[in-house]
Amino acid sequence: MFPLRIAGLRFSPEGRAVLDGVDLELGGEGITVILGPNGAGKTVLLRLLAGLLPAAGGTLAWGDSALPDGRLAMVFQQPMLLRMSIFTNVEFALRPQALNAAERRRRTQEVLERVGLAERARDCARLLSGGERQRLALARAWAMRPRLLLLDEPTASLDPSATDQVERIVREIRTEGAKVLMTTHNLGQATRLADDIVFLAAGRVQEHAPAQRFFAHPQSPAARAYLQGELPWRIAFDR
Amino acid sequence: MTATLLDALALLGNFDHRLLEIVGLSLRVSLSALVIGALLGLPLGAWLAVADFRGRGALIVALNALMGLPSVVVGVLVYLALSRSGPFGSYGLLFSPAAMVVAQSVLVVPLIAAVSRQIVEDAWKEYAPEFSVIGIGRPQAVTLLLADCRFSLSVATLAGLGRAMSEVGAVMIVGGNIDGYTRVMTTAIALETSKGDLALSVALGIVLMSIILGLNVVAHGVRCWAARRYG
Repeated sequence: MFPLRIAGLRFSPEGRAVLDGVDLELGGEGITVILGPNGAGKTVLLRLLAGLLPAAGGTLAWGDSALPDGRLAMVFQQPMLLRMSIFTNVEFALRPQALNAAERRRRTQEVLERVGLAERARDCARLLSGGERQRLALARAWAMRPRLLLLDEPTASLDPSATDQVERIVREIRTEGAKVLMTTHNLGQATRLADDIVFLAAGRVQEHAPAQRFFAHPQSPAARAYLQGELPWRIAFDR
Repeated sequence: MTATLLDALALLGNFDHRLLEIVGLSLRVSLSALVIGALLGLPLGAWLAVADFRGRGALIVALNALMGLPSVVVGVLVYLALSRSGPFGSYGLLFSPAAMVVAQSVLVVPLIAAVSRQIVEDAWKEYAPEFSVIGIGRPQAVTLLLADCRFSLSVATLAGLGRAMSEVGAVMIVGGNIDGYTRVMTTAIALETSKGDLALSVALGIVLMSIILGLNVVAHGVRCWAARRYG
């Protein structure tokens, strides 16, 4: 499945170039954070990788294969929760896998314990708070034992405490060997979590660097402007 | 009018045998049609919500149009199908409660299917991306969505029962309104009113309205309870 090689990836709904030739190579370890302003195409890139959108051009190579091997999970900014129990909201995601019912229950129980929701397993998922919902979504993804976990702004609109809990879970998932590719607007979170940063702007990768180097010495003008919080950065960049 | 109303209340208060017989048959016929309607309509609606094929739009339009199908038209069609020269004439169902169940089922299936299609499709739009990443196929999605939307779908099903219980044209044509055999509340009301026996008509009307009102109370209660319990 790795390295994941993205070459010339384009996405142009109704002729508007959202991604305009993304080139990127990702190894199978660590946490890669995609940064970039609104409209840069961060979420679109994740959705293309998840197979939720059709690319207008370019290629994706998952190791030696053109398709991922199925061990891919994604957590959305607003996770989908069935009107069922917390337990069922994890367990149903394991049904497509070749697991018997006992194994599905065991795995579900295990991940719920690790995200701190085991005692509430019979409660209704839709009544959870925002932070708990996101932990449940992470538990669901975790139970699938993914090789690649895609996270689309998983802590947007969460308070610092809930954000901290989510970050702890993401680190644990990474430690267990999953590659994490996530988007965020939270630079503090990127600093805390990222092993490397992909900076996306104007539909292209402007910079891909180890996190420390990116934050200390951003190479591209767009990334420098973004990190300095210059609002008219895009105008300057386009010029 | 007051005397008629008092007579009607007396029939109700005395648990009039004839009245109970008509109400009992009405409930048996309509509940049977509802079971058939739910068994066919719910999966059909859910499948249509997630399916992707040429002509799907036309099928949805047709299904929505069938919700407004006049019951007398259904009555005539079922009559033709069940009459001796029709394709199902050999079963001898015409002018029997079974024929009335068939007619009411024909009325109820499109209603339940169309409403459940809309309910499930709304949920499908929300869930489809995650289902896709998880690897949930469309058949499995149908099952999950039906379970997830169960409370909204129960309201759709109750609407189907209301439609079945309140229709008169189809059961009149295929049932024949035979006293003690195929006479249900709506056909009895029509007949007794024309005969001038207004007390029985009013009594049956009160029962019918109470059932319809009760169904709406139950539907509202289910929705409120589900919203509190499941979000």
